[in-house]
Amino acid sequence: MAAGPVAARTPRTPRPMITKKGINASPGVAIGPSLVLDTEEYRIPHRTIDPSQVPAHVRNLEVALEASRQEVGELRVAAARKLGDQTAVIFAFHEQFIADPKLRTSVEELITRRQFSAAYAFGQVMSEQQRRFRSVNDPYLQERVRDLHDIERRVLRHILGRDREDMTRLTEPVIIVATDITPSQAISLDRAHILGFAIDVGGQTSHMAIIARMLGIPAVVALGDITSDVSGGETLIVDGTNGIVVASPDPATITHFETRRREHERNERRLGKLRGLPATTRDGVTIELLANIEVPEEVPNAVELGADGIGLYRTELLFLGSPRLPTEEQQYEAFRDVLVAAGDRPVIIRTIDLGADKLSPAMASGHHDHNPVLGLRSLRYCLLHLDMFKTHLRAILRASVHGDMRLMFPMITTVMELRQAKATLADVMEDLGEEGIPFRRDLPIGMMVETPAAALLASSFAREAAFFSIGTNDLTQYTLAVDRGNERVAHLYSSHNPAVLALVQRVVRATRGRKVEVSICGEMAGTPLYTQLLLGMGLRRLSMAPKDIPAVKQIVRATDIPCCERIAREVSRFDTDRQVLNFLRDEIRRVQEELGEGDGETSPAPAARTRRAARSRRGEGSRPRDGDSGGRAAS
Amino acid sequence: MAVEREVIIPNKEGLHFRPIMQFVDVAQRYQAGVTVHCEDRSADGRSPMEMLMLVATQGSKVRVVADGADAGELLEALASLVESGFGEA
Repeated sequence: MAAGPVAARTPRTPRPMITKKGINASPGVAIGPSLVLDTEEYRIPHRTIDPSQVPAHVRNLEVALEASRQEVGELRVAAARKLGDQTAVIFAFHEQFIADPKLRTSVEELITRRQFSAAYAFGQVMSEQQRRFRSVNDPYLQERVRDLHDIERRVLRHILGRDREDMTRLTEPVIIVATDITPSQAISLDRAHILGFAIDVGGQTSHMAIIARMLGIPAVVALGDITSDVSGGETLIVDGTNGIVVASPDPATITHFETRRREHERNERRLGKLRGLPATTRDGVTIELLANIEVPEEVPNAVELGADGIGLYRTELLFLGSPRLPTEEQQYEAFRDVLVAAGDRPVIIRTIDLGADKLSPAMASGHHDHNPVLGLRSLRYCLLHLDMFKTHLRAILRASVHGDMRLMFPMITTVMELRQAKATLADVMEDLGEEGIPFRRDLPIGMMVETPAAALLASSFAREAAFFSIGTNDLTQYTLAVDRGNERVAHLYSSHNPAVLALVQRVVRATRGRKVEVSICGEMAGTPLYTQLLLGMGLRRLSMAPKDIPAVKQIVRATDIPCCERIAREVSRFDTDRQVLNFLRDEIRRVQEELGEGDGETSPAPAARTRRAARSRRGEGSRPRDGDSGGRAAS
Repeated sequence: MAVEREVIIPNKEGLHFRPIMQFVDVAQRYQAGVTVHCEDRSADGRSPMEMLMLVATQGSKVRVVADGADAGELLEALASLVESGFGEA
């Protein structure tokens, strides 16, 4: 018998469907062929070929394998000479691996039997092999996955030859699969042909995630090794609402997600119609809808979605990405870009709010707080590190001449802190004045109200601040003493808890009769369920993730102030968050029935909606927005 | 006709890169096919890819089955390669 017996592990059958859970970075559902980018940005141009092309592709494979083997052979000789035998043996193995008759026959079989292109077939066999290596519980074998990856890239380069295409010139819609995408890559990608992103690394606030949301492209990040699990051209589903990626889905799964995709798009279209309309209530009161953003690139999208300005520009991202602190110039440029992009719309810039869950690598000292949420974070940190803080403030002040800027300090608990922060700002102003550097001397100075202490003393603060922005996420956390990131207590976290609402009401009342403007940022502001309540409590400015603006606007336009005030009065009588929630649900259902939706909830995320509906049917309490993707907490 | 022999992997690093390369080199020089069994796994002795998946460590019992015209000679050559500890000291 000439050939050895067929080993049980040779890939012959189509690979089974795999489902991976990552972090929901940008909502929506995408279904399509994958385009796997490695560091050299290869793409597999065609997945299947015409039967007449089969011999050409088999030949292409053979030539590529032989060319790769020779290349590695030369590397082996060079490595033996320069680096010694240890390194050479690795190349010797690669050489033998590329020449492995099993490898060739497996790929050939996929080409001849399934009319896969040579590149796609090779990618399939290699990623299947990588998966097998990983599945064996042997550290040595798992290390070898890297060798496989190396081999795969080498041979693909030979197979594709001049067919390698520039990823900025895509010709068909694809789902981008990559280890990471830099912002400039993401922006330069041909948007029209990108259906979605599936990314190995990152979190909800990574640049990648922000840009995907900005572009309105579904994305899942933190998938681990999706780049090795998926081969180019394989069908993928990206559910950016729920953070799920499915590779090689079966027909039933495709149908299921297809339905979700259509639902999501229908919803988006409906809300899109609101973009050009004012956020005015039925009785003629105009509500300012502002956007929470993190990078300058988000501004045009926010404006397009109907933002009247930037209610919260989080400056942390500048500090989080890099191991070094950003220079004054780098900060200035980012701040200036936001102001320029916003045109004559107001921009509220918040001084760096780092600590607790977010700590810059450059700022992390050896010291760790036992209780970081109550520790040295945010403004407290800044007031202890005045050099860094002053550089930050200089950059802000220098940028202030470019538009309608307002400055806001986060995490204030005492009047003294606010005074200290303002004194530091005055110092910096004096320095700039002496240096003859222009800045706006009349820059309005406001503060976040996110601690119960600040809310309770709002009347005192109102004498010293030009405006308040109520940060409901942290305010809820500190009022209820619940770390919402801690799953064992997260069920106790609800912004509609009567205690939190009483504090919000107190802050709004403290501004009455004074020239202090008050707005609300945080997830409450972007949640339609709360819109009428917030208006009823007297708020007229809401700042939210840009994508939430249309849904909130829809509610604003469907209600009137007396109705909102009735709702606020009713709610103020409740003792439990459950009562508040049930009441608000009934109220919003009424609005939605008038709008002709009649499905009970307004959320751009159908899946979250279904989950919530299921929960409410079971009579469980639920926090709005959990499970929803979207803008981060505006802590 | 098929012949087989059981050998024990003697070398310290087991069936890793270098020994597999030697094994495959020998196997490819003969006409006969060769299958290697280790516990419940099996591999084509001419395929380094499959041989790696055997994860045969030092002391593993390995059954080598050769089938074809020169099966006897092949088995002899492979057995002595393994028993020599792949020429390692």
